[in-house]
Amino acid sequence: MSLRPKLSVYWASSCGGCEIAVVNLHEKLLKLDEHFELVFCPCLMDTKRADVEAMPDGSIAITLFNGAIRTEENEEMALLLRRKSKLLVAFGACSFQGGIPALSNFHSRDDHFRTIYGENVSLDNLTQVVPRPRTEVPEGTLELPVFYAKVRTLAQCVKVDYFMPGCPPEPHQVWNVMEGIMSGQTLPPPGSVIGAGTSSVCDECARTRATKVVPRFYRTFEVAPDPDRCLLEQGIVCMGIATRDGCGAPCPKANMPCTGCYGSPEGVRDQGAKMVAALGSILDMGEYKGTTPEELTQKVEALLASIPDPAGTYYKYGAAGSILGGKAQ
Amino acid sequence: MRRISINPITRLEGHGKIDIFLDEHGNVANTYFQVPELRGFEQFCVGRPAEDMPVITNRICGVCPEAHHMASVKALDRLFGVEPTPAAKKIRELFYTAFFVTDHTTHFYALGGPDFILGPDAPPAERNILGVVKKVGIEAGKQVIECRARNHHVIQMLGGRGIHPVAGVPGGWSKAVSAAERAEIETIANQNVEFALFTLKVFDQIVLGNPAYLDLVLSDVYHHRTYSMGTVDEQNRLNFYDGKIRVVDPEGREFLKYDASDYAQHIAERVEPWTYLKFPYLKKIGWKGFVDGAESGVYTATPLSRLNAADRLATPLAQEQFERFYQTLGAKTVNGRYQPVHHRLATHWARLIELLYAAERMQELARDPEITSPEIRKIPQNVAGAGVGCVEAPRGTLTHHYVSDERAILTKVNLVVGTTNNHAAISMSIRRAAEKLIQGFAVVEEGLLNRVEMAFRLYDPCFSCATHALPGAMPLMVNIKSQEGETLKSLRRDG
Repeated sequence: MSLRPKLSVYWASSCGGCEIAVVNLHEKLLKLDEHFELVFCPCLMDTKRADVEAMPDGSIAITLFNGAIRTEENEEMALLLRRKSKLLVAFGACSFQGGIPALSNFHSRDDHFRTIYGENVSLDNLTQVVPRPRTEVPEGTLELPVFYAKVRTLAQCVKVDYFMPGCPPEPHQVWNVMEGIMSGQTLPPPGSVIGAGTSSVCDECARTRATKVVPRFYRTFEVAPDPDRCLLEQGIVCMGIATRDGCGAPCPKANMPCTGCYGSPEGVRDQGAKMVAALGSILDMGEYKGTTPEELTQKVEALLASIPDPAGTYYKYGAAGSILGGKAQ
Repeated sequence: MRRISINPITRLEGHGKIDIFLDEHGNVANTYFQVPELRGFEQFCVGRPAEDMPVITNRICGVCPEAHHMASVKALDRLFGVEPTPAAKKIRELFYTAFFVTDHTTHFYALGGPDFILGPDAPPAERNILGVVKKVGIEAGKQVIECRARNHHVIQMLGGRGIHPVAGVPGGWSKAVSAAERAEIETIANQNVEFALFTLKVFDQIVLGNPAYLDLVLSDVYHHRTYSMGTVDEQNRLNFYDGKIRVVDPEGREFLKYDASDYAQHIAERVEPWTYLKFPYLKKIGWKGFVDGAESGVYTATPLSRLNAADRLATPLAQEQFERFYQTLGAKTVNGRYQPVHHRLATHWARLIELLYAAERMQELARDPEITSPEIRKIPQNVAGAGVGCVEAPRGTLTHHYVSDERAILTKVNLVVGTTNNHAAISMSIRRAAEKLIQGFAVVEEGLLNRVEMAFRLYDPCFSCATHALPGAMPLMVNIKSQEGETLKSLRRDG
């Protein structure tokens, strides 16, 4: 029997990148292993769901839960791991705010099934077979977990103790958090965001800002940006201004805009609303005295057209946790 | 009818479940490999700006985001009708070779390797990365961690982030390579070649040097004669980043060779109501069920199938190993090329030969003077409106297909992902292993547990990047149930 506190890492609707963020601790993994006993992690080891069910309630010290709640199975595992864990951490953008899978909330479930199993160009499905929760085969019944109408965040499903943002959380931040716990540091109040800063990505970005306004926006394929100047001030929709810091601003360093994976800064309820406000203040509407309402409308519409997918841009990682409701079914 | 369920199957990318049904004689009536997961990228990417796809589709798989990033950006080149600069193509391929080195390395040492290096009948408690380290030495264990670390460093340096890179843009790459970076990458590539050679030596000593393991590789439990798919260059040499898709028949004759953009003429996907994952097959042959042979449209896209589909490898040391591979496994040459190997466990060996090829190719690219060129992107001048991008992901040929409106807003997205290619073949391998090991209600307990797992694991290098330093217990539960759901017997393997 190991006396080390038990750690579990689970993926719900996710990609596995959060697990790789943990594995990318490289040699520090050995230290993590000295301190914790990893008891459940389907991508790394063979413990099964029945083994977790057999564990006493509250016997897992920490569960790092990544992935959104997309299917019935995801929800069952969230409930199970909540019961078994003292601390449940929503680990990564999907479990925190829905992540990329929550872009699905802008589409109906029927649309998904129609496209994926009914219309895609490489399909051979004349009889329009669609996966269903129960299928009778000659040998018996096969079951599949239900695909829910909407993606939910972990906290929309169970009580969450801490939130760790990022898609995925940067390994140095994973280490900061785990090292803090291992050295007995006092944790912040429950419900806090951990493993990140409180300000915005702009604070970590080395690009120079001139507080100038822009006449229009560019999509990333349209221009090769200057490597030293603020991307937003070059007319590229960089989400850094509305995104929590802590990542070290790697995307602007690679000459690409921040896409917002760390969610909103401390004290900001909605990342998209914050971004809209920021864009409003940087846009140069030009001289509007003497223009007709029609001309003004045209101007505004042209500006808006340069950001063709506002919801998917401002809420790329946060649709489930945002103030947006998504598409009605 | 009795039923055996394994849920979830573990150490693979994503979720999975196996149901094994027994007939009245206690033999295997059928097996079902189910994928109980769907996220819906093909629908929710509709309406998004096309240029966002390399970043969005990274999130299909956090283990091989580099592969999705690359297939996506190649699809964008075509959707925007722009040819990347020569330097950009080389930077992309350099980035991609670093990814292949880290991915293949860790699969061998951490995921598939334990079954193989220690043998399937080693005590389960030893059949993990710690056991591997004990067998090959602690120094090798450290080398594996270092290899992952240095190649992820290259991935971050070139791609912007260590996981979910951002640098791919239609027409090129967002970031040039400095002279200092180039020199560092060359050093890393040299280390990678040494490491790949060392790993092949380990495989030689431990696996090939042991007649019992060689028998296992050659046993009919893991033998399926199917079509083999892989990407080749204009000389029919294997390439991970670009070329034509080539399919050879079970005898090794070229059956298809096509440009990525024609994939839908050659590949069709079947839907079953009991799994969320589709089953691709060769359209010309048709779907004949879960059977192998030249009359069945089932094909594989794996390291083994890639070697089978290529005539040779493009780098010298890897080519030597390629020759040795086919000669050792007794492949005949017909029309100047080796006939395919169909022993599925040989996939592990094939993967190591690819590892050496990736390392050597990385070396070549790192030494190419053009790699530091500042000419890294071309700005697209129009929107062609459709594009298909294909690369070889570690687990198989990966296809992204986008259609957009005139503003480059996506209207259709179709993805045929690495493992999906192998879905039917994986199902067949699981069934074969189950049939061999369950007869007349007698279940070869530990053999079943591990050999069924080995049957899917050999296809799936994806979670390679995982266990190398978290040597936890690896228990596995199998419940044998009556049709009414009553548990008749529980098998358990503790770590």
